[in-house]
Amino acid sequence: MRYSAFSVFRNALDKHRGWSSAWRFPEPKPHYDIIIVGGGGHGLATAHYLAKEHGITNVAVLEKGYIGSGNVGRNTTIIRSNYLLPGNNPFYELSLKLWEGLEQDLNYNAMVSQRGVLNLYHSDAQQAAYTRRGNGMRLHGVDAEMLDRAQLKTMLPFMDFDNARFPILGGLIQRRGGTVRHDAVAWGYARAADARGVDVIQNCEVTGIRRENGRVVGVETSKGFIGCNKLGLAAAGNSSRVAEMAGLKLPIESHVLQAFVSEGLKPFIDHVVIFGAGHFYVSQSDKGGLVFGGDIDGYNSYAQRGNLAIVEHVAEAGLAMIPALSRIRYLRSWGGVMDMSMDGSPIIDCTPIDNLYLNAGWCYGGFKATPASGFCFAHLLARGEPHSVTRAMRLDRFERGYAIDETGRGAQPNLH
Amino acid sequence: MASLISCPHCGSRPKEEFEIKGAALPRPAPDAPQSEWFDHVFLRENPRGRYDEYWHHAAGCRRWLVVTRDTASHEVEACRDAAERVPA
Ligand SMILES: Cc1cc2nc3c(=O)[nH]c(=O)nc-3n(C[C@H](O)[C@H](O)[C@H](O)COP(=O)(O)OP(=O)(O)OC[C@H]3O[C@@H](n4cnc5c(N)ncnc54)[C@H](O)[C@@H]3O)c2cc1C
Ligand SMILES: [Zn+2]
Repeated sequence: MRYSAFSVFRNALDKHRGWSSAWRFPEPKPHYDIIIVGGGGHGLATAHYLAKEHGITNVAVLEKGYIGSGNVGRNTTIIRSNYLLPGNNPFYELSLKLWEGLEQDLNYNAMVSQRGVLNLYHSDAQQAAYTRRGNGMRLHGVDAEMLDRAQLKTMLPFMDFDNARFPILGGLIQRRGGTVRHDAVAWGYARAADARGVDVIQNCEVTGIRRENGRVVGVETSKGFIGCNKLGLAAAGNSSRVAEMAGLKLPIESHVLQAFVSEGLKPFIDHVVIFGAGHFYVSQSDKGGLVFGGDIDGYNSYAQRGNLAIVEHVAEAGLAMIPALSRIRYLRSWGGVMDMSMDGSPIIDCTPIDNLYLNAGWCYGGFKATPASGFCFAHLLARGEPHSVTRAMRLDRFERGYAIDETGRGAQPNLH
Repeated sequence: MASLISCPHCGSRPKEEFEIKGAALPRPAPDAPQSEWFDHVFLRENPRGRYDEYWHHAAGCRRWLVVTRDTASHEVEACRDAAERVPA
């Protein structure tokens, strides 16, 4: 059923009893052309673009829980393409362009809101670094703009501009950046893929990868064996676990990142604002809650919950930026398990096993990547060669000395 | 994460006093082949469960420790000084 204002009106006549389920709940077939492990944003987007761009519809997405139960439903919903390095920027810009047309493509309201992503700077050195980043973006044809104090004061007058330790001197804004309703992204892709014939199979945990003569022939699951010609892994925080089933050891550690939401407030923060002197970022949801987060907890973890020390740390950084936050109450907090790579950048690539493909290493920035990740992973799965914007995102780049290290911190995943 | 780590020198202390470095892996010989060094620097078992990690008791005795911890339950199982030899 196509969604439109008219369909809302028509269904109202019937007291909204005529709506059907947005996707099917199929049992697995014995064999598929392509199986994707992980029904997060990336797995579902991959299935959608396989069907839409490459006409491959004999595809299953296997999800161990329900779709949206992973990081796609746990993130702080920020989208942007303000990356510095040439190995990253064109990829994230493709993603932003896909976000801009996503709702029409999926016929689904994902509440894409290009409210601008603002990075504050607090010192001359930081200003120079952001100017460099902004220039790098513009050289890639991406919008970037430096704002001074006077401009910021008209936008966010309540910030602590004259903080003795971290005065706010200006900022770098990408106006096309913003937020997207994360659950709707999972649902929209699932519905669109399902409509083209893809089987989205929930409560189906992959427990083994069966190989014959070196090639993958299928997967063992909680719903039995399912055969496939090609297998794509998109398991985010559990990437190391599923890759191990095929004997692969990845350049990845799993870490927990927390996020928080406050009680509902009247609108007062119109942008995504990122504090530059500590790790804190905030936006205000349409319901009025402040959605914010900060650093990862720092220790390896598969638990989708974090520690109180970070709760305190995030609140302190927030107060240093906006003192008025001191009177706001936390409503909820939660954690997600992230696939932190050794250089902070993702991997979309073939593996040493012929028909096994990997999509992993998203760290805490993979939500904004969802459309391009799906688009490029589908390209790789369908054609066996990388899409041009992912040509640097290779699995063997560490061994060859071509890491894509935006922050220059080396092989220390908890610092990226 | 368990809220206490039991330091062999200082006793049971809040985990905020400690700083984590990462996996405690045996260091290859200086002249080991590049593939071995690549594995050591970049690849991780990343297990769900028991894991040996280097932690620094930064706000205590300032010794490097090897903490055995569960990455799913966050329970700390053991903690020893990093200089201490373990029987093979
Ligand atoms: C608190 C938090 C805040 C974040 N904020 C942002 C942000 O503001 N902007 C941004 O760009 N990114 C952000 N991220 C990162 C982003 O959410 C992730 O990088 C991205 O969602 C990962 O891709 P995914 O959606 O496919 O992952 P997931 O939704 O985690 O999908 C992976 C799926 O694989 C399934 N799975 C795992 N193992 C198996 C198995 N054996 N069998 C079957 N299924 C399996 C899981 O159940 C899961 O549903 C944030 C992350 C967190 C945790
Ligand atoms: Zn000590």
